[in-house]
Amino acid sequence: MSTTTEPSTLSKVTRQRRLMSGLVITLLVTLMALFGPLFAPYGENEVVGPPFAKQGFLGTDYLGQDVWSRLLYGGQIVLVIAVLGTLLGMVVGITIGVVAAYTGGWWDEVIMRLNDVALAFPQILLALVVLTAVAQPKAWMIILLVGISHAPRVARVARGVALGIVSRDFVYAAEALGEKRSRVILAEVLPNMNAPLLAEAGLRLTYSIGLVAALGFLGFSPDPNAANWGQMINENRLALSTQPWAVLAPVLIIGLFTIGTNLMADGIAQLADRGDR
Amino acid sequence: MTAATEDPATPTATAGAGGIIIQDLRIGLTARPGVDVVDDIDLVLKPGEVVGLVGESGSGKTTVGTALLGYTRAGALFEHGKVLFRDSDVLALPWQQVRKLRGEEIAYVPQDPASALNPSIRIGKQIVELMELRGLGTAETRLKGARDGLAEVGLPNDDEFLRRYSHQLSGGQVQRVALAMAFLPKPKVLVLDEPTTGLDVTTQGMVLQTMGELCRTHGVAALYVTHDLAVIANIADRVAVMYAGQIAELGARQTIFAAPTHPYTRALLDSIPHLSQARALSGIPGRTPAPGARPHGCRFHDRCEYVVDACKQDVPELREIAPGHQVRCIRAGEIGEWDISRGAVPDADPNKARDVILSLEDLGIFYGHKQVVFDVTFDVGKAEVVALVGESGSGKTTISRCVGGLHKDWTGQIEFEGTQLGHGSRSRSATDRKRIQYIFQNPYLALNPRLTIEQIVKRPMELFGLASGNAATEKVVELLDQVALGPAVLKYQASRLSGGERQRVAIARALAAEPDLLVCDEITSALDVSVQGSIVSLLESLRLARGISMLFVTHNLALVRSIADRVQILNAGRVVEAGSVVEVMDSPKEEYTKRLLANSPRID
Repeated sequence: MSTTTEPSTLSKVTRQRRLMSGLVITLLVTLMALFGPLFAPYGENEVVGPPFAKQGFLGTDYLGQDVWSRLLYGGQIVLVIAVLGTLLGMVVGITIGVVAAYTGGWWDEVIMRLNDVALAFPQILLALVVLTAVAQPKAWMIILLVGISHAPRVARVARGVALGIVSRDFVYAAEALGEKRSRVILAEVLPNMNAPLLAEAGLRLTYSIGLVAALGFLGFSPDPNAANWGQMINENRLALSTQPWAVLAPVLIIGLFTIGTNLMADGIAQLADRGDR
Repeated sequence: MTAATEDPATPTATAGAGGIIIQDLRIGLTARPGVDVVDDIDLVLKPGEVVGLVGESGSGKTTVGTALLGYTRAGALFEHGKVLFRDSDVLALPWQQVRKLRGEEIAYVPQDPASALNPSIRIGKQIVELMELRGLGTAETRLKGARDGLAEVGLPNDDEFLRRYSHQLSGGQVQRVALAMAFLPKPKVLVLDEPTTGLDVTTQGMVLQTMGELCRTHGVAALYVTHDLAVIANIADRVAVMYAGQIAELGARQTIFAAPTHPYTRALLDSIPHLSQARALSGIPGRTPAPGARPHGCRFHDRCEYVVDACKQDVPELREIAPGHQVRCIRAGEIGEWDISRGAVPDADPNKARDVILSLEDLGIFYGHKQVVFDVTFDVGKAEVVALVGESGSGKTTISRCVGGLHKDWTGQIEFEGTQLGHGSRSRSATDRKRIQYIFQNPYLALNPRLTIEQIVKRPMELFGLASGNAATEKVVELLDQVALGPAVLKYQASRLSGGERQRVAIARALAAEPDLLVCDEITSALDVSVQGSIVSLLESLRLARGISMLFVTHNLALVRSIADRVQILNAGRVVEAGSVVEVMDSPKEEYTKRLLANSPRID
């Protein structure tokens, strides 16, 4: 990540075991999702035997496709949607939160009360309302919905962090010089929010994975034929007692990834607490 | 080493009988063996005597103070030495006994008393609970005891007052409640850790007086820890000056202030402004070394103007040069006499011709619907320093923020060289923004911790189109040189600099805009006196060289005498007295000004 450029920061990161283990797990799962298809023994939709047979590494699924191959294929779409959705949610949320904190007064009230209304919706509900209305969900729709459902939650955190910074004298100093508002936010306020926002991003990524997988489980994925970790759980749950690996494998990999991102977020937060500045 | 006191005011008693003795104390760091926080401390506190322990930040004065209670902060440990109290060593006692000693026999008054009182328990109940805990009195007599205690520190003791919560008291009242609670168990030793820092001068005066009376009537041995020499001059019987973890000089108050012998003591006194006469203040070059970075030999040798080669060899002993007067300097006696009027300069001429650059007329300032400043009218001349003086809540900072464009909610007129100034900085022209620069009180908050010093100082030049690229960098180096910082700090982030260095960077940033008016908001109040001295002399030289005018906000009247030409005394949002510094300070007309002057601690 962006924190690994300076040697002193790097050594601080490597000494942080929680952060390191989180980083390693996340990296491994990401690599598997990205380059998995290159190493898959069978094709994504290739039928290799009877359904739910104990054949190959993890057996076959409800159509007789190889579970291990589908597992290697099925991460890409989940991760890409989750990461892009998280990014979108972070950018929109930070913008809302920082602008609210920086302008203050009435605008702060209005923005944050509207934000509270958005917060009242359970995260998955908004996505379901929209997705059930369209015939075939597109990837960009899911990204947008994930991002939008994160934004109000990120906004609350970002505003809280920014409030502690916008009242510091160096921000007033920039104001007194007559700096543009956008520059005050970008050059003076945002750089001082790095650590808590990175931690928040890790946490949001965890939620995104869960959300995307849940949507997949409910059948909302860009391509119903393609492998998708969430969808795999739904497809194969009938044979949970006879061929458990077809369900457990995607569950475990999703679990592992969320643990990784969560550890990472925790580690960053701890690092910031110990006063990296 | 038992130093007999020469002060006739204190009863001569054998050290230890009721008093407390520190012997050869050394406190080190657990993580870094061989590094000391304080070293070679010998100090005797006699009953009924107030000893002032004075030093700048990082000198180890608080560490010595808490050592009397057998306490070090986490990460430090007692390496050797004794704290003798009633013939037993406090440091060697089991913790149960130390715990009993603390508060009962050896009491402590912290710097921030508000944090020592429980905000959700009424004052009366808190005092009664304390007496219960200490086993004082009976259920019937405790309430009366609490009332007596409050009366002793000059507070009301009716039911209404006892029912108050700590947030319903003023800062001075809270501090006096803390004093009353410390005195209730009739302790024999009292450690006061900067108890009046942050209080207004009038309140400070009252607290100091109460404290002195209590110590003397109860025969308490008190250690008064502070950075403020002027306070020490008003309260202490004897003074110990600390530098870099060692006592540099120890003697009766009159001796220390009339005939200081250690070069550090002299340099400190040289950096303190006087109420009676303007002075050319000087700072001490360099900065106080942190534990582990202290030089060999005499710890002050690298900043000392009298240094010789021998100073760098061995650590000098604290030796007695006169009865009761000890100095840790091998050259004591050969570096000449010191005179308190050294550095005195003529007061600012009250009849000098003035060329007005800034004028405020009928200024009223609001926070929401509440008006906090009323009908303030004054002006500032070219190359003139006007001081705004007042206690907290007087509106002095608020006025300066309006001039700087940081507070928009005001009525009236602020005129700068004939043109009206807009309310906020965004409604002012770039020229006005450039020509008026604001310097903040707290240098720890005024610089963005994510930017380098070069970026910080360069920004105003880029913004106002004065210079850019390499030319700007060259100018940054030049400016840093003017504020006595080397080019090495260019790539530093602010967190690597000390408070004084940060304030210099803030001044350099203000100068980078080539201003005509500097608004200085208590810019030295967060700094040590020696750093204050050098900042003040820096500002004075800038004023002479560039003809910059200054609006100087402060609560320190002595500082006003040395730096300002004219002064506005503020009380509760109104100007109560105004005029040239000499007139106002030598012949004040208003009762309020007289009271301020009378309560300001003075060393002259």
